Amino acid sequence: MSVGGAVSVGAMEASRVRPQQQAAVSAGPDAESCAWVAALQKPGRQGDAVARLHDLLLRAAHFEVNRRRATLPHLRGDDFDDLAMQSADDALVAVLAKLGTYRGESRFTTWAYKFALLEAAVKLRRRAWQGRELPLAPETWSLLPAGGPSPAATAERGELLDGLQHAIAHELTPHQREVLVATTLNGVPIDVLAERLNTTRGALYKSLHDARHKLRAHLAAQGLSIGGEGEEES
Amino acid sequence: MIHREHDKVLRALLGPAGPELSCEECFEHLDRYVELEVGGADADEAIPGMRAHLQGCPACHEDHASLRSFVLSEGSDSR
Repeated sequence: MSVGGAVSVGAMEASRVRPQQQAAVSAGPDAESCAWVAALQKPGRQGDAVARLHDLLLRAAHFEVNRRRATLPHLRGDDFDDLAMQSADDALVAVLAKLGTYRGESRFTTWAYKFALLEAAVKLRRRAWQGRELPLAPETWSLLPAGGPSPAATAERGELLDGLQHAIAHELTPHQREVLVATTLNGVPIDVLAERLNTTRGALYKSLHDARHKLRAHLAAQGLSIGGEGEEES
Repeated sequence: MIHREHDKVLRALLGPAGPELSCEECFEHLDRYVELEVGGADADEAIPGMRAHLQGCPACHEDHASLRSFVLSEGSDSR
């Protein structure tokens, strides 16, 4: 599993940052991390390093599965164990394939854990949406919360929401609208949508990023104040 | 109440205003970012654009929360 694949990010360049250029210089890997890498790089991978790595990845996968167990009430205990094992297996392949990219900027175990957690999270999200039709861009979508009262919000807020709804309908490409509505209004996980559309999470996020950029530009051109909207509450 | 719902919708639709990493870059730096956070260092200064991406991308946000929780749990287990 990969979050991206080859993605053209040209349109994101203006708002991108380059952590490598600004990050503090790493002191290099600690002794335990060096030992992990040496053991895994040994010709023929002698010893039990691979088995120990799998155990470690399985522990991380079980952690993620247990964390999300409540979101999949229809699955049985064996199903969760199978998901964790598949995640650990796939993560092991990924870690060994990418071993050469480990730069020692974190402990080796932390670096490896993220592969197992990602594999488990993606599998669980996909399982949760398995067999379900994705709500992509229904004709009747609305920005107003379902079941809520009529927009008794301030006139300014109502104007902003109207402007946003107009921009979504008229400023975005059909693909951008589909990605935006599915992932931000309808709660479709981006990797689930990526699988259904036969693309990557990174490519879809770029579409989402571009859509958001268009919306912000449109609102600004209309003189609509977006203030701190879009920023997470602290 | 309705204002809060509207704000939530606006935040989701508009995403972060500032520069942000891509999903690939986020995954690449996630382990270091979490270790800096857990160690009490200024992770956002070390890896600019990460926080904004985590605010804008629900999947990466979840992945970050998972790794952070797991690293913390491993740390508490070993004490």
